[in-house]
Amino acid sequence: MKTVLLLGAGSDIARATAHEYAKRGDRVVLASRSIEDLEKTASDIEHRRGAEATAVRFDALDYESHQAFYDALDPKPDVVVVAFGYLGEQRKGQAEFDEARRIIETNYTGAVSICEIVAADFEKRGEGTIVGIASVAGDRGRQSNYLYGSSKAAFDAYLSGLRNRLFKAGAHVATVKPGFVRTKMTEGMPLPGPVTAEPERVARAVLKAEGRRKNVVYVKGVWRQIMGIVKAIPEPVFKRLGM
Amino acid sequence: MKVSAWGNYPVVEAEVREFAGVEEARRKIGAARRMIPQGLARSYGDSAIGEAILSTLKNNRVLAFDERRGVVRVESGVSLAELVEIFAPRGWFLPTTPGTKFVTVGGAIASDVHGKNHHVAGNFSRHVVEMDVALADGAVVTCSPEREPNLFHATAGGMGLTGVVLEATIQLQPIETVFIAQETVKAANLDEIMTIFEESASYSNSVAWIDCLAKGASQGRSLMMRGEHAKRDELPERRDPLWLKEKGTIAVPFNFPGFALNSLSIKLFNELYYRKAPSGLDTSIVDLETFYYPLDAVHRWNRIYGKRGFTQYQFVLPKSESREGLKKILGRIAESGQGSFLAVLKLCGKETGLISFPMEGYSLALDFPITRNLFPLLDELDEMVHERGGRIYLTKDVRLSAESFDRGYPNADLFRELKRRYDPDGVFQSRQSKRLRI
Repeated sequence: MKTVLLLGAGSDIARATAHEYAKRGDRVVLASRSIEDLEKTASDIEHRRGAEATAVRFDALDYESHQAFYDALDPKPDVVVVAFGYLGEQRKGQAEFDEARRIIETNYTGAVSICEIVAADFEKRGEGTIVGIASVAGDRGRQSNYLYGSSKAAFDAYLSGLRNRLFKAGAHVATVKPGFVRTKMTEGMPLPGPVTAEPERVARAVLKAEGRRKNVVYVKGVWRQIMGIVKAIPEPVFKRLGM
Repeated sequence: MKVSAWGNYPVVEAEVREFAGVEEARRKIGAARRMIPQGLARSYGDSAIGEAILSTLKNNRVLAFDERRGVVRVESGVSLAELVEIFAPRGWFLPTTPGTKFVTVGGAIASDVHGKNHHVAGNFSRHVVEMDVALADGAVVTCSPEREPNLFHATAGGMGLTGVVLEATIQLQPIETVFIAQETVKAANLDEIMTIFEESASYSNSVAWIDCLAKGASQGRSLMMRGEHAKRDELPERRDPLWLKEKGTIAVPFNFPGFALNSLSIKLFNELYYRKAPSGLDTSIVDLETFYYPLDAVHRWNRIYGKRGFTQYQFVLPKSESREGLKKILGRIAESGQGSFLAVLKLCGKETGLISFPMEGYSLALDFPITRNLFPLLDELDEMVHERGGRIYLTKDVRLSAESFDRGYPNADLFRELKRRYDPDGVFQSRQSKRLRI
């Protein structure tokens, strides 16, 4: 039985992932800002899966609190899934820096802050896996969502470096890149069916990436090809495309 | 996106939003001009269909369970199927259940559903200890028969028109096994089946399949299924009393041509009917899914009615009017040649609630494929039902007129008044509520 910490557990992806782990009998610790709502998810997991689930308060943007948050966890997690994120609004972010900063700080700064703390512990213990939920939006900046995309690109590069560092210690870092996922984050957007995944599918990708020590996993493999093509378009051409 | 309910008619363009948890519900309700809450859309017609739909399906957590008392607290999008799956193995079953388990708790409350045990257990809302309802202004109000009783009674059976049920506390019933000791009794005509219903009052569950095509002396030819939750010592020894075997389902892969259906059900009915012993009584132990949800084993059986869709016509007549009324109505249906071969007959118990469907008397439900000739026939049937003091089930309806609604539901105006109190701007509306001028 593993102890799995889900950061940003209010998200549809994290919730689905918690259920998948609980189905296997693992113990899940749900962390996010809205503790009252999390406690409901925890009791749902306990009643449906018969697994142990607890809720703890965690705020990705409250960097100062991260060390104390992690120190208070007992037992320490074997798996940490970094699933918090903020999509924000691109146009609003262009006009108001506060929005841009919230996107960057949630997706990148906050993630770095907590991951460093987890990494230090995993390095010392010589075990553990961090699964970071990045995004195909980070593979190339596009006018429609480059604030979100660049913050995820930074997180992606960070995870890659951290994987490199923790490898020697025997700990692992997996990067999971979903494309479109049908969640509350994307509600109301016209999502193209064939390349859109359900949160449960992302959840299974997380478990697979963690269990088989995969490095980078695209949810719905076709995204690897799609983004391969998008990345291959020469910049002089790309800048003319209104993507 | 294009949406329709179980009858596949009508198909309309609607915007569908989802929510999970109280805060998101309040946000989405506050942002919408109008909407109708929807669960699994197992209502047949347009009662959970509108231009904007608020789906409860992601609001589906099990929040608390008192193992000793069998009281469960859930969010409204949890389905009865999930409750059975989670709690039957622990010795607790639904207090009452409709003929499909693929409905949500929110939907069961909004339709105030009933089941084969209506004559003893009443409607679903009788077992709702308490619920939280989000009103149009975003206020979340806790109500029960004692606390905010008006909101409670208007929401139970209120077709989602008072607000959105967010959470509910439900009293389950204890069971020793997941099996039913079932008796099947055959009746040669309507008088016989009505006598059998009267004699079966002491059984917790009773329902009959009735042959709608039989005429003359065999009009009302039917098969009654009645039963009790089996006790542990009634089971063969090797059976695990609380192990609910996962059922395989067969799917209807595409829209059937309409004519295929009647020949199938005629065959099935005749086989069961003529297999019974001459005494007419047959006993067996069946699992509760077979007993309560025979059609759930056929995934998407609604497709059997083809692309044009179908409706289910369900009415109830006061007991004193039932015998003559049923004879007339069955006669008219047989003559029309439009209805399904099989109908479901049930003797309901006492009437409760504001605009909940059941009243003491006989309820009959049968399917009609949608055709050009159908609605005039149903208007005619409405008249036969209403002149006898009966009513039509809103959850199945897709074409009732406002006048007919008022005739069948004496509390219609009281309900409209309460609706205005809780939803003065008419935020919650469905195609049906507009038609019925609620």
